[in-house]
Amino acid sequence: MMIDYWPLLGIALVVAGFALRFNPLLVVAVAAIVTGLLGHMPFLKVLATLGHGFNENRYVTVIYIILPVIGLLERYGLQQRARTLIANMRGATVGRLLLVYLGFRQIISALGLTSAAGQAQTVRPLVAPMALAAAEKQHGTIDEETSERVKAMSAATDNVGLFFGEDIFLAVASILLIQSSLESFGVHLLPLELSVWAIPSAICAFLIHGTRLLLLDRKIGQRS
Amino acid sequence: MINLQWLYAIAGVVFAGYALGSARDAANPKRWGNAAFWMLLAVSFWFGDLLGDIGNGLLVLVLVALAGARMLGRGPGKTTSPEEREQSADRWGNRLFLPALVIPFTAFVGTLLFNYTPLKTLGLIDPKAVTLVLLGAGVLLALTICMAWLRPTALATVEEGSRLANSIGWAIVLPQMLASLGVIFAAAGVGTTIGAIVSTVIPHGSVLLAVLIYALGMVAFTMIMGNAFAAFPVMAAAIGVPILIHADGGNPAVIGAVGMLAGFCGTLMTPMAANFNIVPAALLELKDQYGVVKVQVATAIPLLIANILILYIAGFHL
Repeated sequence: MMIDYWPLLGIALVVAGFALRFNPLLVVAVAAIVTGLLGHMPFLKVLATLGHGFNENRYVTVIYIILPVIGLLERYGLQQRARTLIANMRGATVGRLLLVYLGFRQIISALGLTSAAGQAQTVRPLVAPMALAAAEKQHGTIDEETSERVKAMSAATDNVGLFFGEDIFLAVASILLIQSSLESFGVHLLPLELSVWAIPSAICAFLIHGTRLLLLDRKIGQRS
Repeated sequence: MINLQWLYAIAGVVFAGYALGSARDAANPKRWGNAAFWMLLAVSFWFGDLLGDIGNGLLVLVLVALAGARMLGRGPGKTTSPEEREQSADRWGNRLFLPALVIPFTAFVGTLLFNYTPLKTLGLIDPKAVTLVLLGAGVLLALTICMAWLRPTALATVEEGSRLANSIGWAIVLPQMLASLGVIFAAAGVGTTIGAIVSTVIPHGSVLLAVLIYALGMVAFTMIMGNAFAAFPVMAAAIGVPILIHADGGNPAVIGAVGMLAGFCGTLMTPMAANFNIVPAALLELKDQYGVVKVQVATAIPLLIANILILYIAGFHL
């Protein structure tokens, strides 16, 4: 069989564009148009496919209607309050705080509550300011490098907790996708049989990421 | 029936609010670029279905042009000073957390009610939109509570929303753009090409090698597409089903479930998964737009090794 390699050029463009730090929206649009043209689609068809895909996927962007609520609460001191709360809590460290959040995020995701927490819902207003407050408590003012790392770790902890928790829930999209893909090849499985096998990976994720979180504490301690 | 259209109508209003707040921020030299960007998104939410595919395509090109020509930028924004916030935080105390918790709580109670009461069969809410409808309800409820209790002016609400929207900027639509790129990739046959390439390198006789190629293929393809969902059917067709399940006799539940999770390790390592990796960097105002991806690599790689071991041991030796 002859393999048509040309459509892959679009992928190369994306990689190069991201690496060279062009505006990602521009990179994605150029890659989409080039890939479409190389896939033997006329320009208007490419434009229509792009427009159709954009319109059909509007639900992805709806989450950002949350911003006025978060903005208002910040205006009235939510982040400051979150910091005070942590400052008054004995034994609170960045690592322990994020470890508790990791477990919490994995458990609620495993119960199917994937959107009850998230980067906009919980990380920006609550988790990141609390983690920063804990870091400051560990050794006074922190340098920019440390605060960047603590914020990035807060976001990462939410992602790890979500990804390695959600598949334990039977009715999550990815479990249903695995089931239907395998079904089309004549392999019949129940969602429960699949979701059980998400548990070992979830435990590994907690141990691996949890260890890194506790190591972060040690690192922050050494800097002081 | 409450469906996505309701939510899109609300989202249109909110995004138009971001446009208004941006336009009013006279201290920001890029205020008109910001306002145009958010207004186009409001138009997309309200009238997307009426614009036609070409019309939507043109709208996308204008959004991209605005972002590509660097016409967006965050301004100082009108908000309270850190000192005012400290005072306000002391005044309101822990009650400030309540509105923030209303949104997750609505999602929690709503999901339970929808799944375990006859609500599902009443046909009140479109089952496909349930998560987003609950989110929308939570936001409206939280906003109502904030307005009634904190008594901000309507203008302050608009300004706070657009302050955050402009601090995230173009990254807000990146996940949606990447989803449309996925549609183009599929239409142009990228998946077929990758599947064909994987099929040519399949080793025979070594289970461990086949497991490695399956897992690493999931990771690589997920990193390219930005999500494991596009990768799974291709890798299952190329190697998971014919080699691991049929030829080598692996446990299909393990091959399916852990194969997908190996892909999730790829999601942690790619800027293409923008809603998880790029938007949070903007949301948390990180200096490095790849800051989140970078810290995730050191979790993703050991976790990938763990998943490969689970695939190999539980899939073939239990």
